[in-house]
Amino acid sequence: MQLNFPIFPEQASSVAGQVDALYLFLVLITTFFSLLIAVLILFFAIKYRRRPEREAEQIHGSTLLEIVWSVIPLGISMVIFVWGALLYYHMERPPSNPLEIYGVGKQWMWKFQHPGGQREINTLHVPTGRDVKVTMISQDVIHSFFVPAFRVKQDVLPNRYVFTWFKATVPGTYHLFCSQYCGTKHSGMVGSVIVMTPEDYAQWLASGKAEGSLASLGEKAFQQYGCTTCHRPDSGARGPNLQGLYGRPVRLVDNRVVLADDNYIRESILEPNAKVVSGFQSIMPTFRGVVSEDEIIAITEYLKHLAPQEANPLNNRSTPTQIRDSEVPNIQQDNQQQQNQQGTRPANPSGKKP
Amino acid sequence: MPAKHYLNDNYGIRSWLLTKDHKRIAILYLFSISFFFLLGGMFAALIRLHLLTPNGELFEADTYNKLFTMHGVNMVFFFLIPSVPAVIGNFLVPIMVGTKDLAFPKINLLSWYLYMAGGTFSMIAMITGGVDSGWTFYAPLSSGYLKTHVIMLAVGVIIAGFSSIFTGLNFIVTVHRMRAPGMTWGRLPLFVWSNYAASLIMILGTPVIAITLILLALERGFHIGIFDPKLGGDPVLFQHMFWFYSHPAVYIMILPGMGVISEIVPCFARKRIFGYSFVAFSSIAIAVFGFVVWAHHMFVAGISVYSALVFSLLSYAVAIPSAVKVFNWTATMYKGSIKMETPMLYAMAFIGLFTIGGLTGLFLAALGLDIHIHDTYFVIAHFHYVMVGGMVTAYLGGLHFWWPKMTGRMYPEAPAKLAAIITFIGFNLTFFPQFILGYMGMPRRYWAYPPEFQVLNVLSSAGASILSVGFILPLIYFLWSLKYGAIAGDNPWKATGLEWETSSPPPTHNFHHIPVVTKEPYAYGEPEEVPVVH
Repeated sequence: MQLNFPIFPEQASSVAGQVDALYLFLVLITTFFSLLIAVLILFFAIKYRRRPEREAEQIHGSTLLEIVWSVIPLGISMVIFVWGALLYYHMERPPSNPLEIYGVGKQWMWKFQHPGGQREINTLHVPTGRDVKVTMISQDVIHSFFVPAFRVKQDVLPNRYVFTWFKATVPGTYHLFCSQYCGTKHSGMVGSVIVMTPEDYAQWLASGKAEGSLASLGEKAFQQYGCTTCHRPDSGARGPNLQGLYGRPVRLVDNRVVLADDNYIRESILEPNAKVVSGFQSIMPTFRGVVSEDEIIAITEYLKHLAPQEANPLNNRSTPTQIRDSEVPNIQQDNQQQQNQQGTRPANPSGKKP
Repeated sequence: MPAKHYLNDNYGIRSWLLTKDHKRIAILYLFSISFFFLLGGMFAALIRLHLLTPNGELFEADTYNKLFTMHGVNMVFFFLIPSVPAVIGNFLVPIMVGTKDLAFPKINLLSWYLYMAGGTFSMIAMITGGVDSGWTFYAPLSSGYLKTHVIMLAVGVIIAGFSSIFTGLNFIVTVHRMRAPGMTWGRLPLFVWSNYAASLIMILGTPVIAITLILLALERGFHIGIFDPKLGGDPVLFQHMFWFYSHPAVYIMILPGMGVISEIVPCFARKRIFGYSFVAFSSIAIAVFGFVVWAHHMFVAGISVYSALVFSLLSYAVAIPSAVKVFNWTATMYKGSIKMETPMLYAMAFIGLFTIGGLTGLFLAALGLDIHIHDTYFVIAHFHYVMVGGMVTAYLGGLHFWWPKMTGRMYPEAPAKLAAIITFIGFNLTFFPQFILGYMGMPRRYWAYPPEFQVLNVLSSAGASILSVGFILPLIYFLWSLKYGAIAGDNPWKATGLEWETSSPPPTHNFHHIPVVTKEPYAYGEPEEVPVVH
């Protein structure tokens, strides 16, 4: 048994200190009121203990006091509410220009895919000092991605992408837990988040045995499943042109307009008839049970790269504006050069902080 | 004292199993819920024993998962929800409002049979292999993945739910229609107010859990897609429906407990309750607000930021009436004439522990902080402070307070005080370390855990062994007192309230003459009058 046990978790993310501050404030409030009540009832119990010469003094109540002890807790509650809400808003809002990592939860393991094509199981490598957005989906039941050292947690649902983000601050190895009960080996669905300095992280990326970037894996899947047969850029295609689709509004046959995001693309692969694009027939077969969650993520990543004016930007990285900051380049080409390129460009062109 | 009372009015097993007397039904409930409490407690003991070591050495993972499921189901549905209403409430509500029985005595008996039927189904599920869904039954895990008897257990919970609906229905009609002459709403004991508030939740909320579990069973049995996305359903919908009942159910559990405290404190302080109407209406406020806070169990479940904001705000609203009650109980002790007998010890423990339990709820309602502590041992510690520190303490306090009325005998004071103190110490040692464990990040329902969490887990398990002594002692001396306890007399505590004006144990029809109420409740300190009833 470890006797020098900690009573406070490590702080290893940009929000950890803020969460702890709110926690300590609440510990203070709780301690104050618990002691107040405990001291009062013990004091009254002793001071006003039953003695034959003294009778209880009958008091009916006091509206003023009732108001005071309703309004003061209400005021304190509202402070806590606003504080907690601001923090939540900050923690739930997606950062701009994050490093995007994809996760798939299943009974009972975590699978992660990096944009460079690296895959990990129950381990997640991330760099310090950079917003990391983990977009996740479950293959079966509900899981929950929980890294105590980062103070982040997000339930991972089947059939729907959810995300969490963090900015790691201290290199080290931290617990990754599944915190939503998911069956027999729920407590075995654990892993490590390994936080590295940007240099070590670049080295780690380079040493990985990736078969190609996530987008190029998606391109392979796209061809393998014959998607190109119909989804072609020419006018006679039977399926909609997917170039430049990602992140754009799409008009459907019933005149609704939906946003072409990860969830829309996934649904269109698995349930093609749910949202048919205006001007097209519902002729696409479902790929449910055929294509895996990992492949859907790769295909989506590929579609993100299909800019409208170019057939395949993956092989054409000459124009820097085409490269999103979130994209870790194909490391098998020239990792070092890409790192330099990233370094010289402004890391956050819009200038907005998440 | 009349020779005839409800216990010796009739003999034989039929006179108990076919009784329509609310007091006898209360005794039937007392035995049955004690059984389920012991069962649930045994599961808890095994869980704490298992968690002594980090690597899951005592039980298999599946066995452990079944243990915490059966602990939760037994304690929530078969102990906490019926405990105060179905035992103490059943016994006292008709007497406190001054009538012969509940409005529907046969439905009251039916409610006990439904409870037993529900319990039987859950026992069958347990004996034939157990269920590992967790008491929360989250879909799609429970509907599509587990191989255990989920439907059997769900049927048990649904049936037990009907018993709760019938109890609530009976209380509401009785309080509205059957109050004695002079028993105005403003003269109702606060115990009746809080059971009335809990009854509102029982009849409005319980059907929703039945619907939810029926849908779950349909999906599991017939693959009708409701919650499982593979069948076209939505798993978050299950959580909305489940918590729409199960959060208000927390108030079904705690409100009657608060009612017990509102009776004990004035009696042992010889003082009117401070702010009667505020205490009474805070019960109703809790019942109403309790229905609009359910999604605070779901802040990380994938609901929108805006709904999270609304549910967080409303959760703070429900905290205020709880705070009001605590302050009023404390103020009631001010300038009282306080005697710290066992019921009062339990009441004081309740006030302290419920305060901690309530305040730690503020942590969980604070959105940005909940992300970290949701589904950790912090949550376990929080709701055990409310449910065990609050509710079980109130139940034990109430049982001691009304034991002389129910049985005509006094429990022995010294061992009872000892048990109350042991319970208090054992409880805190069990559950306080879990707050720290939770903030450290230990998730709930973990069969094995990282070694750095071991010390706190060992402390918690040590506390549990002390706590179990505190729970077993009353069982022994209560049984002992039935034969050897001192004769209680009609009003051993010199308390106010109609139940103390009739004999101990009360006659079958509660009063020899229907009482006429002329005084405010808790009229302590007024010149003693000769009771008009017998």
